Amino acid sequence: MSTAAAAASNTQIERSTSHTTTIYLKEAKYEFLKNLRLRVYTASVISFPLMFYVLFGLVLNSKGAIGGMGVPTYLIATYGTFGVMGASLFGTASGLAADRGLGWLQVKRASPMPPFAYFTAKVVLSMIFSAIVVSLLLVLGISFGGVRLPLGEMTKLIGTLVAGSLPFSAMGLAIGYFAGPNSAPAVINMFYLPLSFCSGLWVPYMFLPKLVRQIALALPPYHLSQLALGIVGAGRHEPAATHWEVLLAFTMICLGVARIGFQRDQGKLYG
Amino acid sequence: MIATQRETPSIDRASSATVVAGLEGVSKSYGEVRALRNVNFTVDAGRVVALLGPNGAGKTTAVKLLLGLLQPSSGKARVFGGDPTNPQNRMRTGAMLQVGRVPETLRVREHIDLFSSYYPRPLPLEKVLAAAGLEKLRDRKFGDLSGGQRQRTLFALAICGDPDLLFLDEPTVGLDVEARRSLWEEIRRLVERGKTVLLTTHYLEEADALADRIAVINQGAIIAEGTPAEIKAQTSGKRIRCVTTLSLASLLQIPGVTEAKQDREAVEIHAGEAEPVVRVLLARDPALSGLEITSAGLEEAFLALTQDNGESTNRKNRFATV
Repeated sequence: MSTAAAAASNTQIERSTSHTTTIYLKEAKYEFLKNLRLRVYTASVISFPLMFYVLFGLVLNSKGAIGGMGVPTYLIATYGTFGVMGASLFGTASGLAADRGLGWLQVKRASPMPPFAYFTAKVVLSMIFSAIVVSLLLVLGISFGGVRLPLGEMTKLIGTLVAGSLPFSAMGLAIGYFAGPNSAPAVINMFYLPLSFCSGLWVPYMFLPKLVRQIALALPPYHLSQLALGIVGAGRHEPAATHWEVLLAFTMICLGVARIGFQRDQGKLYG
Repeated sequence: MIATQRETPSIDRASSATVVAGLEGVSKSYGEVRALRNVNFTVDAGRVVALLGPNGAGKTTAVKLLLGLLQPSSGKARVFGGDPTNPQNRMRTGAMLQVGRVPETLRVREHIDLFSSYYPRPLPLEKVLAAAGLEKLRDRKFGDLSGGQRQRTLFALAICGDPDLLFLDEPTVGLDVEARRSLWEEIRRLVERGKTVLLTTHYLEEADALADRIAVINQGAIIAEGTPAEIKAQTSGKRIRCVTTLSLASLLQIPGVTEAKQDREAVEIHAGEAEPVVRVLLARDPALSGLEITSAGLEEAFLALTQDNGESTNRKNRFATV
């Protein structure tokens, strides 16, 4: 039939690697700008961890110690984990749920955008904001809490926490595929806040009730916070490899769930 | 003006015209709901085809199938002779869809910059802004735009990659008259440059003004297809309005009358040809006044077509319910 003629005349357009790179960079750049200008995002993701830290780490307990470690230093690790989790969950889930539910993702999918660029941009955004939150906590701690850490430890702390953004970005993608556009923030908080509390991000682990302490061992934020605490010389000194393994396994599970959601979406769309 | 454009000889008008997009025996169901039923329809290169139908007729479903956003339950959707999801085809396609929310904190030029980057040979930003009438709004955030300005931005995103094939789903919804006219002009310019356009609309005027071919769709089926003139010709042509003492029942007895109904103080009569009916009317009612004869426009053709389909009430009896 005559459509074959159209196919024959179709000149193949191959995208060069540099063009593909440009697309990924632009996608990430605009994802960043979009969220930077979104006060709901910046306020909840950056302000909350900083406010908690100022209140509990600098105003109320600045001279205290937890397990021999100064409170301001200890809380940088735990509120850092808290901040990374928030930046990653809100950076991925709420945008994805809204884009899916309100048609914008279809416009993107109808375009020649490489689909993976969309998800990569959200993960990169989460990592950038994670780095910002942790850096600001360090600045506050050093300036007002007497926190003294060698440069190497600080770099390692930021690096670890930013890497720790990945499991929670994966979790956010999973939530984004199952939450509605309007209910997404509520659903995120339903996971975010209890997980934070039970993992000892607000109240240090040793002060938690015994039952909660046992539950914490199964929770990913606990493992990330223990990695961060280990770097500053606090925490429970469990082997780092175990924490990484738990986080890796959690990432894989979340990606698996996100994939089911992705395919279910395609099923609805490609049914 | 449009008629002259249709004669543009740049595209082969013979039956061998290249089919750029088409649905072949496509049905699409969402659970129990059958959105499309065995739809066959094609879009030839360099033409504007309008899918005309009321809300919920299946227009958007048809567009989404051709964009590869939906898969047909049966049948095939083809674009450039292949699968609509093929990235190669997407690089030659632009789409304007109805969308609930667009990221509001990005500026107009930033949205265009990002979408342009997806395409191998995008238009320069200035050209896109000019085509969509957005020059003065380039630095405005999407969230600060009015409804019509948002539509124009979505149009800009559809054309920024200079695609060969353009899908416009209800492109002028929410536009004022002036903005609608200028969008029409822009669509005509695209076609002059050899682009192919499929647009959906429930504005009959829009289909009439822009399209080379119209496919009327209702309840998931294409119920008429042809040039705007052919579509109009498919319905009995005249409407006669007058004030008369004759009863509706007796009016329906007059040969050629297909419908008669009371409209305030007057009656409205539909007939294939006006003259024989008017002759009888004047003979039977010398006091007849306020005589008006109009030809059924596309709007009536469309209403008649969509009403005949589905709930085909006996139109001879419609006066009874008025």
